[in-house]
Amino acid sequence: MPDDMNATPEEPTRTSQSVPVADRRNLDADLVGIATEPGVPKKDPIVVATKITRTFGGLTAVDVEHLEIQRGVITALIGPNGAGKTTFFNLLTGFDQPDTGDWSFNGRSLKRVSASRVARLGMVRTFQLTKVLSKLTVLENMRLGASGQRGERFWAAPFRFLWSSEEDAITVRARELLGRFKLDAKEDDFAGSLSGGQRKLLEMARALMVGPELVMLDEPMAGVNPALKQSLLGHVKSLREDGMTVLFVEHDMDMVRDISDWVVVMAQGKVIAEGPPESIMADQRVIDAYLGAHHDTDITELEESVLAAEVEAELLADHDGDNR
Amino acid sequence: MDLISTPLHDAFSPYALSFVFAAMGLNVHYGYTGLLNFGQAAFAAVGAYAMGVAIASFDLPLILALIIGLAGAVLLALVMGVPTLRLRADYLAIVTIAVAEILRLIFSTSFKKYFHARDGVSGFTAGFRSINPFPEMPDGFLSFSRNDLWVMTVGWILVALVCLLVWALMRSPWGRILKSIREDEDAVRSLGKNVYSYKMQALVLGGLIGAVGGFIGGMGLASVQPDSFNTDFTFIAFTMLILGGAARVLSPAVGAVLFWALLSFLGVLLTKLSNGDNPIIPASFMSPDQVGNIRFAVVGLALMLLMIFRPQGIFGDKKEIAIDAR
Repeated sequence: MPDDMNATPEEPTRTSQSVPVADRRNLDADLVGIATEPGVPKKDPIVVATKITRTFGGLTAVDVEHLEIQRGVITALIGPNGAGKTTFFNLLTGFDQPDTGDWSFNGRSLKRVSASRVARLGMVRTFQLTKVLSKLTVLENMRLGASGQRGERFWAAPFRFLWSSEEDAITVRARELLGRFKLDAKEDDFAGSLSGGQRKLLEMARALMVGPELVMLDEPMAGVNPALKQSLLGHVKSLREDGMTVLFVEHDMDMVRDISDWVVVMAQGKVIAEGPPESIMADQRVIDAYLGAHHDTDITELEESVLAAEVEAELLADHDGDNR
Repeated sequence: MDLISTPLHDAFSPYALSFVFAAMGLNVHYGYTGLLNFGQAAFAAVGAYAMGVAIASFDLPLILALIIGLAGAVLLALVMGVPTLRLRADYLAIVTIAVAEILRLIFSTSFKKYFHARDGVSGFTAGFRSINPFPEMPDGFLSFSRNDLWVMTVGWILVALVCLLVWALMRSPWGRILKSIREDEDAVRSLGKNVYSYKMQALVLGGLIGAVGGFIGGMGLASVQPDSFNTDFTFIAFTMLILGGAARVLSPAVGAVLFWALLSFLGVLLTKLSNGDNPIIPASFMSPDQVGNIRFAVVGLALMLLMIFRPQGIFGDKKEIAIDAR
């Protein structure tokens, strides 16, 4: 866990709509000059996955030939519904086992490593459908995240003096994070009483209690209101500034454009493209598979009226056709 | 007078004590960890039989017999848990209820030299009774015998100790993990905790508590019979736990005492009302022979009303129930 949590400047991340491209590029110098084809090797990969396949009955959900995730940057994983993004997340984090393939984290193979061990190694995930522990308080949710607690051992647990000082230190750290995520006023509430967006924040904050090197967020923006979205964006960016690597699945293209340094596109279980966000948004294969032709143009009022007129004309024509 | 003394007698009796322990074990399993153990009777049976046979057939000292009983409970927990705790919660429920029935059938039909079939094991109480400090009493207290008082004293002290242990464990980070597993085990796994290991620890702990119930029940009745460990045993213990309110330290003990008191009170009351030449409850409606069954029906009705008007049980926290969206 980085010590300078409070040193992170809140202002710029909260106010800016998007980080200027120039700023971002000096953060990820490692990605400059990398070819933008699927499976391209990175300079300093934290995750390397090779020939990962997972089938459910006759359906091949994931079939990734090769993928490397660069350390210290924010990588987005996008793709249409059913592309296998969440399944790929589950496979990488040990929540599901692939049929074939090998993958490593920090050079250590994760084949047949349990999900809890993967988390302890420093690769911590959140879930698409948030999993907060509703009947525990917000603060207890946070405390649970801390790794290697002495009081978690059966023989030490009944004796409070063995773990109380450690618990105090964990509580301090938990409050610090809750403050950063604007949940400090809620610490004594049951987590089940939080709103959907607050649950997302709590889940992310709790994942940070583990002290991860790689944070994997599964649709962090789903169901979050626009105001909260801005602060979530800031939090994700601050993770990178604290030296963590972030891999996230998201459908919100504004977010992808805003904060990711690198984008990986999946469709039908395969990685079909990867590269910096600007080039990915212009990639014809990605547009065909996922974004659609009108993805970056807002529909103007004029266009809208034209469209409406077209629809009306079609309906009239149909009506005439029926009458004839 | 019978209306008060009989329920008091029954509620604190050695027989009720064995249910208190069973319910306390289930509180660790189900109340705190969310493990559906429908075979708590098996833990009590293994404890009682291991102790009984070790003393009656092998002449082992009491303390060694108790250790064998506890070891048996640990082994049983491992046998039930190893194949099922990695799977969905339902599988543990299926396996535990099956194992409990299998064990009961083995005890009542096999190894007759040791288990004595339906007669059960007896002749193992001498060692325990020889250290009874209570003096010989002409009438006893609440008509408890000297031996009963000794079993009850030891039993209720052990109940207090187990409550203390459960309280200390559940306020610790260890207990926090158990409660979190009850809520959502994948979330706990994603935070780096070995869920399987914690579930196993909970299963063993609750099973050990259940085995102590077997010891106390066996000592109280001075015999161990297979039919006292049928599925009713487990479900009555569950009822007591729900009555008191799951996931509260004192609720199994209070729930068990109240349950027996209520059951016994109804037994006495209904018997009084239906007896005599001109009973208040006419024989066409209910005869005195039917009291045993009717009282269970009335208790069942009372429990249904409890679940409707106070679903969290006596000690439960309404807030914890209300926020459960599922």
